[in-house]
Amino acid sequence: MNSVLYVAFLFLSLLFLQVFVCNNILFLGYINPYVYIAFVIFYPLKKERFLFLLVSFLLGLAIDFFLDSGGINAFSLLFVAYIRLFLVHVIFKKTEQDYLLFNLQQEPFGRVFNYVIILIVIHHFILFSLANFSSQNFSNVLTNTLYSSIFTAVLFFIGTYIIRKKK
Amino acid sequence: MQQLIYYFQKYRYFLFFVLLEFIALFLIINNNTFHKSKFISSANGVTGGLYENFSKLSDYFNLRTQNEELASENEELKNLLEKHNSTQGSTIRAFVIDTLKYNQKYSYSKAKIIKNYYNTPNNYLTINKGTLQGVEKEMAVINSKGIIGITEYSNSNYSRVQSILNSNSKINARLKNSAHFGSLEWDGKDFNRVQLHDVPRQATLKIGDTIITGGRSTIFPEGILIGSIKNIDTKNNKNLIHIQLFNDMSNLKHVYIVTYLDKKEINSLNNPTNE
Repeated sequence: MNSVLYVAFLFLSLLFLQVFVCNNILFLGYINPYVYIAFVIFYPLKKERFLFLLVSFLLGLAIDFFLDSGGINAFSLLFVAYIRLFLVHVIFKKTEQDYLLFNLQQEPFGRVFNYVIILIVIHHFILFSLANFSSQNFSNVLTNTLYSSIFTAVLFFIGTYIIRKKK
Repeated sequence: MQQLIYYFQKYRYFLFFVLLEFIALFLIINNNTFHKSKFISSANGVTGGLYENFSKLSDYFNLRTQNEELASENEELKNLLEKHNSTQGSTIRAFVIDTLKYNQKYSYSKAKIIKNYYNTPNNYLTINKGTLQGVEKEMAVINSKGIIGITEYSNSNYSRVQSILNSNSKINARLKNSAHFGSLEWDGKDFNRVQLHDVPRQATLKIGDTIITGGRSTIFPEGILIGSIKNIDTKNNKNLIHIQLFNDMSNLKHVYIVTYLDKKEINSLNNPTNE
């Protein structure tokens, strides 16, 4: 029950944070952070993945509803949700027995940094490629990916730092 | 059979993932074709209502510019009215015989933008008027400074507008001082800059010339302002005209929806039904 509440809280707060705050930042006219990817990072690790994939898809879809963007957020968030376990295996060397006790805050910062940056860059690259939806303006996709990834990563690490300080 | 079940068991997450990705891809492709994009749209009760409430809050931040805009529009309209009144007694009046049959072509109704994005390659706006207020698809959305977009999908109380800042939008536009026309598109880069394609080379173009809507479609009335020529690209023997918009697309609030009253008649001429 506790974890259901946690996930629901995470879902709704990230949805509204993204739609009503982050999409209106437009730093330098076009750079937005896409903080809802934190959902994939914070969702508890489990072997059973149907629910996780479905909820990630629904979060992306909910954001698409607000932004009139078809299904691009759903597609990209689902993609990083699917590759998350592989990354956990490769970067943190965790097996199925460690999932229950896995806690990002107890891992060395270097590994966490790699993990988060890889997820963010892959997500943003897919997102902007799909938003562009043509082979034109490909340099735009790359610059957008770069700047927005930096923005998202900075916000993510500042946010987690603040939350950890409070506890 | 057992092999098949085993296969599904082994790859069940992957298959589920692929299924969901296909759904997302289907929605993306649908969204990129005009008129088919009604599945995922912010013009529904939940998102529309939330946006409207949020917009009530954020409206206060640009009250000053909106007020100035409305006041300057009032000034312009008052001057037009005065001009009309001064000529009414002599000539123009004589042509309108029956005031009931006076041939009104367009009707305007006001609306408010509750959601505006301009930073993606395909931008949409949401306005707080829908089918209950008479908004249908393919109506022009303008404000005092120029064109904004075309309504695309209407719910009972909200409509989605395809912004001119959308790579799918093509609008007929022409020069103000000559009848040479072209099609207005957006390259997805700068939200203050749109491009005019296919203007014939015979047209004399000067930087600073005004571009207006051409009136060759049943959506926009002729002569709605768009912008002024910023620079002219003559690569590959083709005129590509960059236009600086009069509107600041990042700061829009009050708009007008234009209803073309003769639309059905004109469309029935263009697409005659089989008899």
